Amino acid sequence: MCLAVPGKVVEITGEGELRMGKVDFSGVQRQACLAYVPDVQLGDYVLVHVGFAISRIDEQAAQETLEALAEISALEEAEGEA
Amino acid sequence: MRHVDEYRDPAAVRAVVERIRATVTRPWTLMEVCGGQTHSILKFGMDELLPGNVRLVHGPGCPVCVTPLEKIDRAIAIASRPDTTFCSFGDMLRVPGSRDDLLKVKARGGDVRIVYSPLDALRLARQHPDRKVVFFAVGFETTAPANAMAVHRARAEGLSNFSVLVAHVLVPPALEALLSAEGVEIQALLAPGHVCAVTGYRDYEPVAARYRVPIVVTGFEPLDLLKGVLAAVEQLERGEARVENQYPRAVVRDGNPAALRMIDDVFVVSGRSWRGLGEIPRSGYALSPKYAAHDAEAVFDVSGLTVKEPEECRAGLVLQGRLRPSDCPEFGTRCTPEHPLGATMVSSEGACAAYFQYRRAPREATG
Repeated sequence: MCLAVPGKVVEITGEGELRMGKVDFSGVQRQACLAYVPDVQLGDYVLVHVGFAISRIDEQAAQETLEALAEISALEEAEGEA
Repeated sequence: MRHVDEYRDPAAVRAVVERIRATVTRPWTLMEVCGGQTHSILKFGMDELLPGNVRLVHGPGCPVCVTPLEKIDRAIAIASRPDTTFCSFGDMLRVPGSRDDLLKVKARGGDVRIVYSPLDALRLARQHPDRKVVFFAVGFETTAPANAMAVHRARAEGLSNFSVLVAHVLVPPALEALLSAEGVEIQALLAPGHVCAVTGYRDYEPVAARYRVPIVVTGFEPLDLLKGVLAAVEQLERGEARVENQYPRAVVRDGNPAALRMIDDVFVVSGRSWRGLGEIPRSGYALSPKYAAHDAEAVFDVSGLTVKEPEECRAGLVLQGRLRPSDCPEFGTRCTPEHPLGATMVSSEGACAAYFQYRRAPREATG
Protein backbone atom coordinates (compact mmCIF):
# COMPACT_ATOMS: atom_id res chain seq x y z
CA MET A 1 0.00 0.00 0.00
CA CYS A 2 2.99 2.28 0.44
CA LEU A 3 3.91 1.67 -3.18
CA ALA A 4 5.01 4.93 -4.80
CA VAL A 5 6.20 5.16 -8.38
CA PRO A 6 8.54 7.78 -9.87
CA GLY A 7 7.29 9.63 -12.92
CA LYS A 8 7.97 12.80 -14.88
CA VAL A 9 5.66 15.81 -14.60
CA VAL A 10 4.54 16.73 -18.12
CA GLU A 11 1.61 19.07 -17.41
CA ILE A 12 0.59 21.31 -14.52
CA THR A 13 -2.83 22.88 -14.00
CA GLY A 14 -4.54 24.70 -11.13
CA GLU A 15 -2.90 25.96 -7.99
CA GLY A 16 -2.88 25.55 -4.22
CA GLU A 17 -5.01 22.62 -3.06
CA LEU A 18 -6.24 22.14 -6.60
CA ARG A 19 -2.80 21.92 -8.18
CA MET A 20 -2.99 18.91 -10.50
CA GLY A 21 -0.74 17.53 -13.17
CA LYS A 22 -0.13 14.84 -15.67
CA VAL A 23 2.69 12.47 -14.79
CA ASP A 24 4.40 10.19 -17.32
CA PHE A 25 5.45 6.72 -16.14
CA SER A 26 7.51 5.37 -19.05
CA GLY A 27 4.84 6.28 -21.58
CA VAL A 28 1.77 5.75 -19.42
CA GLN A 29 0.33 9.09 -18.34
CA ARG A 30 -1.90 9.63 -15.32
CA GLN A 31 -3.39 12.57 -13.47
CA ALA A 32 -1.86 13.27 -10.09
CA CYS A 33 -2.47 15.84 -7.39
CA LEU A 34 0.56 18.13 -7.07
CA ALA A 35 -0.71 20.14 -4.07
CA TYR A 36 1.97 18.67 -1.78
CA VAL A 37 4.88 19.46 -4.10
CA PRO A 38 4.34 23.19 -4.67
CA ASP A 39 7.87 23.75 -6.03
CA VAL A 40 7.71 21.05 -8.69
CA GLN A 41 8.07 22.25 -12.26
CA LEU A 42 7.57 20.69 -15.68
CA GLY A 43 10.20 18.00 -16.31
CA ASP A 44 10.77 17.23 -12.62
CA TYR A 45 10.37 13.69 -11.36
CA VAL A 46 7.98 13.00 -8.49
CA LEU A 47 7.04 9.96 -6.42
CA VAL A 48 3.34 9.26 -6.88
CA HIS A 49 1.28 7.35 -4.33
CA VAL A 50 -2.50 6.75 -4.74
CA GLY A 51 -2.78 9.68 -7.14
CA PHE A 52 -0.73 12.15 -5.10
CA ALA A 53 2.85 13.31 -5.59
CA ILE A 54 4.35 12.94 -2.11
CA SER A 55 7.93 13.91 -2.89
CA ARG A 56 10.04 15.51 -5.60
CA ILE A 57 12.94 13.28 -6.63
CA ASP A 58 16.14 15.11 -5.74
CA GLU A 59 18.29 14.64 -8.85
CA GLN A 60 21.51 15.59 -7.10
CA ALA A 61 20.90 13.12 -4.27
CA ALA A 62 20.07 10.42 -6.84
CA GLN A 63 23.33 11.16 -8.65
CA GLU A 64 25.31 10.92 -5.41
CA THR A 65 23.70 7.57 -4.55
CA LEU A 66 24.58 6.21 -7.99
CA GLU A 67 28.16 7.47 -7.64
CA ALA A 68 28.47 5.78 -4.25
CA LEU A 69 27.21 2.54 -5.83
CA ALA A 70 29.67 2.89 -8.72
CA GLU A 71 32.46 3.37 -6.20
CA ILE A 72 31.51 0.15 -4.36
CA SER A 73 31.38 -1.71 -7.70
CA ALA A 74 34.82 -0.40 -8.72
CA LEU A 75 36.37 -1.33 -5.37
CA GLU A 76 34.86 -4.81 -5.36
CA GLU A 77 36.04 -5.35 -8.94
CA ALA A 78 39.58 -4.25 -8.03
CA GLU A 79 39.57 -6.57 -4.99
CA GLY A 80 38.22 -9.44 -7.10
CA GLU A 81 41.14 -9.03 -9.51
CA ALA A 82 43.74 -8.62 -6.76
CA MET B 1 12.01 3.50 -16.11
CA ARG B 2 14.17 6.32 -14.83
CA HIS B 3 14.87 6.29 -11.04
CA VAL B 4 14.00 2.58 -11.03
CA ASP B 5 16.19 0.68 -13.53
CA GLU B 6 19.43 2.20 -12.20
CA TYR B 7 18.74 0.53 -8.86
CA ARG B 8 18.39 -2.96 -10.32
CA ASP B 9 21.81 -3.34 -11.97
CA PRO B 10 22.95 -6.95 -11.38
CA ALA B 11 26.69 -6.14 -11.30
CA ALA B 12 26.17 -3.44 -8.68
CA VAL B 13 23.93 -5.81 -6.69
CA ARG B 14 26.75 -8.40 -6.61
CA ALA B 15 29.25 -5.72 -5.54
CA VAL B 16 27.11 -4.46 -2.64
CA VAL B 17 26.42 -8.03 -1.51
CA GLU B 18 30.20 -8.65 -1.53
CA ARG B 19 30.72 -5.48 0.50
CA ILE B 20 28.14 -6.69 3.04
CA ARG B 21 29.87 -10.08 3.20
CA ALA B 22 33.22 -8.40 3.80
CA THR B 23 31.77 -6.13 6.51
CA VAL B 24 30.00 -8.71 8.65
CA THR B 25 31.94 -10.51 11.37
CA ARG B 26 29.01 -11.72 13.53
CA PRO B 27 25.38 -12.77 13.04
CA TRP B 28 22.90 -9.89 12.89
CA THR B 29 19.12 -9.75 12.67
CA LEU B 30 17.54 -6.86 10.78
CA MET B 31 13.88 -6.08 10.34
CA GLU B 32 12.55 -4.41 7.22
CA VAL B 33 9.46 -2.61 8.47
CA CYS B 34 7.45 -2.13 5.30
CA GLY B 35 5.54 -4.93 3.59
CA GLY B 36 6.43 -3.41 0.20
CA GLN B 37 10.08 -3.95 1.10
CA THR B 38 9.31 -7.56 2.14
CA HIS B 39 7.79 -8.20 -1.27
CA SER B 40 10.81 -6.65 -3.06
CA ILE B 41 13.19 -8.76 -0.99
CA LEU B 42 11.40 -12.00 -1.82
CA LYS B 43 10.64 -11.10 -5.43
CA PHE B 44 14.27 -10.36 -6.20
CA GLY B 45 15.56 -13.16 -3.95
CA MET B 46 17.69 -10.76 -1.94
CA ASP B 47 17.39 -12.74 1.29
CA GLU B 48 19.08 -15.62 -0.55
CA LEU B 49 21.88 -13.39 -1.84
CA LEU B 50 22.84 -12.12 1.60
CA PRO B 51 25.46 -13.95 3.67
CA GLY B 52 23.96 -16.46 6.11
CA ASN B 53 24.84 -14.38 9.15
CA VAL B 54 22.64 -11.47 8.03
CA ARG B 55 19.06 -12.45 8.76
CA LEU B 56 16.11 -10.38 7.58
CA VAL B 57 12.86 -10.64 9.51
CA HIS B 58 9.68 -9.06 8.25
CA GLY B 59 7.86 -6.31 10.06
CA PRO B 60 4.31 -5.07 10.64
CA GLY B 61 4.32 -2.59 7.74
CA CYS B 62 1.12 -3.70 6.08
CA PRO B 63 -1.82 -1.47 7.06
CA VAL B 64 -4.35 -3.91 5.63
CA CYS B 65 -2.86 -6.73 7.73
CA VAL B 66 -3.00 -4.82 11.01
CA THR B 67 -6.54 -3.52 10.57
CA PRO B 68 -8.60 -5.17 13.33
CA LEU B 69 -11.34 -7.63 12.47
CA GLU B 70 -13.82 -5.26 14.07
CA LYS B 71 -13.03 -2.55 11.53
CA ILE B 72 -13.45 -5.03 8.66
CA ASP B 73 -16.83 -6.10 10.04
CA ARG B 74 -17.88 -2.45 10.32
CA ALA B 75 -16.81 -1.91 6.69
CA ILE B 76 -18.88 -4.91 5.63
CA ALA B 77 -21.90 -3.65 7.59
CA ILE B 78 -21.69 -0.24 5.90
CA ALA B 79 -21.00 -1.68 2.43
CA SER B 80 -24.06 -3.96 2.71
CA ARG B 81 -26.45 -1.01 2.98
CA PRO B 82 -28.51 -0.43 -0.18
CA ASP B 83 -28.03 3.36 -0.07
CA THR B 84 -24.23 3.17 0.09
CA THR B 85 -21.42 3.15 -2.46
CA PHE B 86 -18.41 1.70 -0.65
CA CYS B 87 -14.98 2.50 -2.12
CA SER B 88 -11.72 0.83 -1.19
CA PHE B 89 -8.24 0.06 -2.41
CA GLY B 90 -8.30 -3.42 -3.97
CA ASP B 91 -6.22 -5.02 -1.18
CA MET B 92 -8.99 -4.77 1.34
CA LEU B 93 -11.69 -6.65 -0.57
CA ARG B 94 -10.48 -10.19 0.14
CA VAL B 95 -9.59 -9.64 3.78
CA PRO B 96 -11.80 -12.00 5.79
CA GLY B 97 -14.22 -10.50 8.30
CA SER B 98 -15.99 -12.60 10.93
CA ARG B 99 -18.29 -14.17 8.33
CA ASP B 100 -17.79 -12.40 5.00
CA ASP B 101 -15.45 -10.24 3.02
CA LEU B 102 -16.17 -7.14 0.93
CA LEU B 103 -15.91 -9.13 -2.29
CA LYS B 104 -18.81 -11.31 -1.17
CA VAL B 105 -20.84 -8.18 -0.40
CA LYS B 106 -20.14 -7.08 -3.97
CA ALA B 107 -21.07 -10.51 -5.34
CA ARG B 108 -24.42 -10.24 -3.53
CA GLY B 109 -25.11 -6.99 -5.37
CA GLY B 110 -23.60 -4.50 -2.93
CA ASP B 111 -22.17 -1.35 -4.52
CA VAL B 112 -18.52 -1.95 -3.66
CA ARG B 113 -15.93 -0.25 -5.87
CA ILE B 114 -12.18 -0.59 -6.14
CA VAL B 115 -10.57 2.81 -6.54
CA TYR B 116 -7.01 3.88 -7.31
CA SER B 117 -7.16 7.09 -5.29
CA PRO B 118 -9.41 8.62 -2.61
CA LEU B 119 -10.04 11.37 -5.17
CA ASP B 120 -11.90 8.77 -7.27
CA ALA B 121 -14.28 8.20 -4.35
CA LEU B 122 -14.72 11.96 -3.98
CA ARG B 123 -15.61 12.18 -7.68
CA LEU B 124 -18.29 9.51 -7.19
CA ALA B 125 -19.75 11.56 -4.32
CA ARG B 126 -19.96 14.61 -6.60
CA GLN B 127 -21.55 12.60 -9.43
CA HIS B 128 -24.08 10.77 -7.23
CA PRO B 129 -25.48 13.18 -4.62
CA ASP B 130 -28.29 10.66 -3.92
CA ARG B 131 -25.77 7.97 -2.81
CA LYS B 132 -23.81 7.82 0.44
CA VAL B 133 -20.24 7.40 -0.73
CA VAL B 134 -17.83 5.93 1.81
CA PHE B 135 -14.09 5.55 1.39
CA PHE B 136 -12.16 2.98 3.45
CA ALA B 137 -9.23 5.19 4.54
CA VAL B 138 -6.64 2.57 5.36
CA GLY B 139 -2.95 3.29 5.43
CA PHE B 140 0.25 4.38 7.06
CA GLU B 141 1.56 7.93 7.05
CA THR B 142 2.33 7.58 3.31
CA THR B 143 -1.39 7.49 2.47
CA ALA B 144 -2.55 9.99 5.09
CA PRO B 145 -2.00 13.14 2.95
CA ALA B 146 -4.15 11.70 0.15
CA ASN B 147 -6.94 10.61 2.48
CA ALA B 148 -6.76 13.90 4.37
CA MET B 149 -7.12 15.86 1.14
CA ALA B 150 -10.26 13.91 0.19
CA VAL B 151 -11.92 14.75 3.51
CA HIS B 152 -10.74 18.35 3.39
CA ARG B 153 -12.13 18.83 -0.13
CA ALA B 154 -15.43 17.15 0.80
CA ARG B 155 -15.91 19.67 3.61
CA ALA B 156 -14.84 22.61 1.42
CA GLU B 157 -17.27 21.56 -1.34
CA GLY B 158 -20.12 20.76 1.07
CA LEU B 159 -20.27 17.10 0.00
CA SER B 160 -22.32 15.84 2.94
CA ASN B 161 -22.79 12.43 1.24
CA PHE B 162 -19.04 11.65 1.50
CA SER B 163 -17.52 9.99 4.55
CA VAL B 164 -14.45 7.94 5.43
CA LEU B 165 -13.96 4.84 7.53
CA VAL B 166 -10.60 5.66 9.10
CA ALA B 167 -8.10 2.87 9.78
CA HIS B 168 -4.83 4.82 9.83
CA VAL B 169 -1.75 3.60 11.65
CA LEU B 170 1.57 5.20 12.55
CA VAL B 171 4.96 3.52 12.27
CA PRO B 172 7.14 4.88 15.13
CA PRO B 173 4.81 3.82 18.00
CA ALA B 174 4.60 0.31 16.50
CA LEU B 175 8.39 0.11 16.35
CA GLU B 176 8.56 1.08 20.02
CA ALA B 177 6.02 -1.64 20.83
CA LEU B 178 8.11 -4.22 18.94
CA LEU B 179 11.43 -3.13 20.42
CA SER B 180 10.17 -3.01 24.01
CA ALA B 181 8.66 -6.53 23.85
CA GLU B 182 10.35 -9.35 25.77
CA GLY B 183 12.78 -11.57 23.90
CA VAL B 184 13.17 -9.13 21.03
CA GLU B 185 15.81 -10.28 18.53
CA ILE B 186 15.79 -7.27 16.21
CA GLN B 187 19.15 -5.50 16.18
CA ALA B 188 18.56 -2.95 13.42
CA LEU B 189 15.64 -1.58 11.46
CA LEU B 190 15.19 -0.63 7.82
CA ALA B 191 12.70 2.22 8.10
CA PRO B 192 10.01 2.59 5.41
CA GLY B 193 11.18 5.08 2.79
CA HIS B 194 7.80 6.24 1.57
CA VAL B 195 6.42 6.79 5.06
CA CYS B 196 9.50 8.92 5.72
CA ALA B 197 9.00 10.82 2.43
CA VAL B 198 5.90 12.25 4.13
CA THR B 199 6.95 12.45 7.79
CA GLY B 200 10.73 12.77 7.60
CA TYR B 201 12.70 10.84 10.20
CA ARG B 202 12.98 13.05 13.28
CA ASP B 203 10.50 10.81 15.14
CA TYR B 204 12.81 7.83 14.62
CA GLU B 205 15.77 9.48 16.33
CA PRO B 206 14.55 9.00 19.93
CA VAL B 207 13.63 5.38 19.08
CA ALA B 208 17.15 4.63 17.82
CA ALA B 209 18.67 6.24 20.91
CA ARG B 210 16.31 4.66 23.47
CA TYR B 211 16.57 1.08 22.18
CA ARG B 212 20.15 1.32 20.88
CA VAL B 213 19.25 0.17 17.37
CA PRO B 214 20.47 1.57 14.07
CA ILE B 215 17.52 2.74 11.95
CA VAL B 216 18.22 3.17 8.25
CA VAL B 217 15.69 4.96 6.05
CA THR B 218 15.55 2.66 3.03
CA GLY B 219 13.99 2.63 -0.44
CA PHE B 220 12.35 -0.21 -2.32
CA GLU B 221 14.52 -1.19 -5.26
CA PRO B 222 17.09 -4.00 -4.87
CA LEU B 223 20.08 -1.66 -4.60
CA ASP B 224 18.21 0.66 -2.23
CA LEU B 225 17.47 -2.28 0.05
CA LEU B 226 21.01 -3.63 -0.12
CA LYS B 227 22.44 -0.18 0.64
CA GLY B 228 20.10 -0.07 3.63
CA VAL B 229 21.35 -3.45 4.82
CA LEU B 230 24.98 -2.42 4.28
CA ALA B 231 24.53 0.82 6.25
CA ALA B 232 22.80 -1.07 9.08
CA VAL B 233 25.50 -3.75 9.40
CA GLU B 234 28.26 -1.12 9.21
CA GLN B 235 26.64 0.64 12.17
CA LEU B 236 26.16 -2.63 14.05
CA GLU B 237 29.78 -3.67 13.50
CA ARG B 238 30.95 -0.27 14.75
CA GLY B 239 28.62 -0.36 17.75
CA GLU B 240 26.62 2.67 16.57
CA ALA B 241 22.87 3.21 16.81
CA ARG B 242 21.64 6.22 14.91
CA VAL B 243 19.17 7.16 12.20
CA GLU B 244 20.73 7.23 8.77
CA ASN B 245 19.06 8.22 5.49
CA GLN B 246 19.90 5.87 2.60
CA TYR B 247 16.99 7.15 0.47
CA PRO B 248 17.95 10.81 0.08
CA ARG B 249 16.52 11.19 -3.41
CA ALA B 250 13.02 10.94 -1.87
CA VAL B 251 13.41 11.69 1.85
CA VAL B 252 14.56 14.70 3.85
CA ARG B 253 14.75 14.89 7.63
CA ASP B 254 11.69 17.12 8.05
CA GLY B 255 9.51 15.30 5.53
CA ASN B 256 6.95 17.04 3.31
CA PRO B 257 5.71 20.19 5.10
CA ALA B 258 2.64 20.78 2.89
CA ALA B 259 1.48 17.18 3.39
CA LEU B 260 2.10 17.33 7.15
CA ARG B 261 0.05 20.54 7.45
CA MET B 262 -2.92 18.84 5.78
CA ILE B 263 -2.58 15.78 8.04
CA ASP B 264 -2.55 18.10 11.08
CA ASP B 265 -5.67 19.85 9.86
CA VAL B 266 -7.73 16.70 9.24
CA PHE B 267 -6.49 14.10 11.72
CA VAL B 268 -5.72 13.84 15.42
CA VAL B 269 -3.41 11.19 16.88
CA SER B 270 -5.33 8.49 18.72
CA GLY B 271 -4.87 5.08 20.33
CA ARG B 272 -5.24 2.15 17.96
CA SER B 273 -5.67 -1.56 18.20
CA TRP B 274 -3.34 -3.43 15.81
CA ARG B 275 -4.25 -6.88 14.65
CA GLY B 276 -1.62 -9.18 16.10
CA LEU B 277 0.06 -6.51 18.19
CA GLY B 278 -2.81 -5.31 20.36
CA GLU B 279 -3.56 -1.84 21.63
CA ILE B 280 -0.75 0.68 21.06
CA PRO B 281 -1.13 4.18 22.52
CA ARG B 282 -0.98 7.12 20.11
CA SER B 283 -0.43 4.83 17.12
CA GLY B 284 -3.22 5.88 14.78
CA TYR B 285 -5.22 8.75 13.37
CA ALA B 286 -8.86 9.67 13.96
CA LEU B 287 -10.70 12.50 12.24
CA SER B 288 -10.37 15.82 14.02
CA PRO B 289 -13.68 17.06 15.53
CA LYS B 290 -14.27 19.65 12.83
CA TYR B 291 -14.54 16.84 10.26
CA ALA B 292 -16.88 14.69 12.40
CA ALA B 293 -19.68 14.96 9.82
CA HIS B 294 -17.48 12.91 7.45
CA ASP B 295 -16.76 10.09 9.94
CA ALA B 296 -18.44 6.97 8.57
CA GLU B 297 -18.46 5.20 11.95
CA ALA B 298 -20.59 8.01 13.39
CA VAL B 299 -22.71 8.56 10.25
CA PHE B 300 -23.72 4.87 10.10
CA ASP B 301 -23.67 4.24 13.84
CA VAL B 302 -21.58 1.06 13.71
CA SER B 303 -19.51 1.75 16.82
CA GLY B 304 -21.61 -0.79 18.76
CA LEU B 305 -20.36 -3.57 16.47
CA THR B 306 -17.53 -5.24 18.37
CA VAL B 307 -15.84 -8.60 17.77
CA LYS B 308 -12.85 -10.55 19.05
CA GLU B 309 -9.84 -11.46 16.95
CA PRO B 310 -9.77 -15.05 15.67
CA GLU B 311 -7.23 -17.35 17.31
CA GLU B 312 -6.42 -19.76 14.51
CA CYS B 313 -4.44 -17.25 12.43
CA ARG B 314 -0.87 -16.68 13.65
CA ALA B 315 -0.46 -13.41 11.75
CA GLY B 316 0.38 -11.64 15.01
CA LEU B 317 3.63 -13.57 15.27
CA VAL B 318 4.36 -13.01 11.58
CA LEU B 319 3.81 -9.26 11.93
CA GLN B 320 6.27 -9.13 14.82
CA GLY B 321 8.94 -10.99 12.86
CA ARG B 322 8.68 -13.97 15.26
CA LEU B 323 7.28 -16.52 12.80
CA ARG B 324 8.38 -16.98 9.20
CA PRO B 325 5.21 -17.45 7.11
CA SER B 326 6.48 -20.70 5.59
CA ASP B 327 6.95 -22.12 9.12
CA CYS B 328 3.25 -21.67 9.95
CA PRO B 329 1.50 -25.07 9.99
CA GLU B 330 -1.49 -23.64 8.10
CA PHE B 331 0.62 -22.00 5.36
CA GLY B 332 -0.33 -23.18 1.88
CA THR B 333 -2.67 -25.84 3.27
CA ARG B 334 -5.59 -24.49 5.31
CA CYS B 335 -4.52 -20.93 4.50
CA THR B 336 -4.15 -19.85 0.87
CA PRO B 337 -4.97 -16.64 -1.04
CA GLU B 338 -8.25 -18.28 -2.14
CA HIS B 339 -9.15 -19.30 1.43
CA PRO B 340 -7.18 -17.02 3.75
CA LEU B 341 -7.25 -17.31 7.53
CA GLY B 342 -5.92 -13.78 7.84
CA ALA B 343 -5.09 -10.59 5.97
CA THR B 344 -1.35 -11.30 5.69
CA MET B 345 -2.23 -13.95 3.09
CA VAL B 346 -4.19 -11.60 0.79
CA SER B 347 -2.74 -8.12 1.10
CA SER B 348 -0.27 -7.10 -1.62
CA GLU B 349 2.06 -6.22 1.26
CA GLY B 350 1.36 -9.23 3.47
CA ALA B 351 4.38 -11.38 4.30
CA CYS B 352 2.38 -14.61 3.94
CA ALA B 353 1.22 -13.50 0.47
CA ALA B 354 4.84 -12.79 -0.50
CA TYR B 355 5.99 -16.26 0.60
CA PHE B 356 3.03 -17.88 -1.14
CA GLN B 357 3.79 -16.01 -4.35
CA TYR B 358 7.56 -16.34 -4.44
CA ARG B 359 8.60 -19.22 -2.17
CA ARG B 360 5.87 -21.83 -2.16
CA ALA B 361 7.16 -24.05 -4.94
CA PRO B 362 10.71 -25.41 -4.87
CA ARG B 363 13.14 -23.01 -6.56
CA GLU B 364 13.98 -25.44 -9.38
CA ALA B 365 10.29 -25.86 -10.23
CA THR B 366 9.72 -22.11 -10.54
CA GLY B 367 12.91 -21.61 -12.55
